[in-house]
Amino acid sequence: METIIKQKIRQVKKGDQSAFEDIVNFYQNKVIQICYRMLGNLHEAEDIAQEAFVRAYTNIHSFDEKRKFSTWLYRIATNLSIDRIRKKKPDYYLDAEVKGTEGLTMYSQLSMDEPLPEEKVESMELNDYIQKQILSLPEKYRSVISLRYVDDLSLQEISEALEMPMGTVKTRIHRGREALRKKLRDL
Amino acid sequence: MSCSKRYIELMHKYLDHEILKDEEDELKQHLMQCKSCQSHFHELKRTEALLESPSHVQAPDDFVQQVMNKLPREKKSVSYRKWLKAHPIFTAAAIFFILMFSSVVTQWSQDGQLTVSKQEGIVIEDDTVIIPEGRTISGDLVVKNGDVQIEGKLQGNLVLINGKVKNRNALRASAGEVTGQIEEVNQVFEWVWYHLKEVSGDIIPF
Repeated sequence: METIIKQKIRQVKKGDQSAFEDIVNFYQNKVIQICYRMLGNLHEAEDIAQEAFVRAYTNIHSFDEKRKFSTWLYRIATNLSIDRIRKKKPDYYLDAEVKGTEGLTMYSQLSMDEPLPEEKVESMELNDYIQKQILSLPEKYRSVISLRYVDDLSLQEISEALEMPMGTVKTRIHRGREALRKKLRDL
Repeated sequence: MSCSKRYIELMHKYLDHEILKDEEDELKQHLMQCKSCQSHFHELKRTEALLESPSHVQAPDDFVQQVMNKLPREKKSVSYRKWLKAHPIFTAAAIFFILMFSSVVTQWSQDGQLTVSKQEGIVIEDDTVIIPEGRTISGDLVVKNGDVQIEGKLQGNLVLINGKVKNRNALRASAGEVTGQIEEVNQVFEWVWYHLKEVSGDIIPF
């Protein structure tokens, strides 16, 4: 896969915009999941993920092809997420109009009419619970934990993605893991 | 819980896939004896499994399209600049011609004044240069922005820029004579052409 992605990146660098479509297609879920882990809000996560891809596209020339593209992309996504957390604007107003729609408010995004299969509800509830616990961690643990578990990055890759010394990554993962152990043990 | 921190450390190393073989044996040995460490390890592994469980979060169907719509349009100027970089000689030639052409054109439009290449033995009345009767002028004569009336003799070429020979029809009949060629340049392009000929004539003598 890496080689196909590398080839696509070369095409994008040559000015072939359509090659970027495949890159987005391949990484979209991972990037959204990382952003969601850090932000805890699906709309914000999609928003930031979009911006991360746009940034990746406009800065593609600064990407060093010897490195792993996913690490580089995740770094952009985590940095944007951290920025968003830090200057968190007043949260969404439910009755504000949704961007790009006419007269559609956030209320319309809330309820889903179709009933979901019971198992799915359960797994969603579990996932939501885990997500809530991750969100209760300080932001510095959150980014490490997100990268570690969403795409199973190695410690080395996390240290590269976050530009953080290995020792710091290790400490944060251990502490984050211990904190989550305490929060999740009663499940 | 009174076990040393070392075992907790080893547990994390295990979960990070960084544990060495003898460290793993050491941890196993300890876990078989220590109940509290066992449950701690069990909890950690369970946490790990929960965190690794696949997320229900998925990109919306139109996500790719939304991103593609947000990308800056490929700029035309980029490809054009790239082309220029790829053809430096052509670029240099084009720039040379643009500068040359513009300087010549500005020269053409700026000079409104009558200029004559040599003064000796020539009479100037209003905007007319007259070679008086009985006079012989040797060498080429260039007149800008003025007419020429030839009554005497010119031994050489006559170049008129933005002007004409007044008594051209009568030239052969009258006493006036030009031994060389008469050239009239009245249009910008002719002017440019004349310039080019002159420049190339200077560079490559025929």
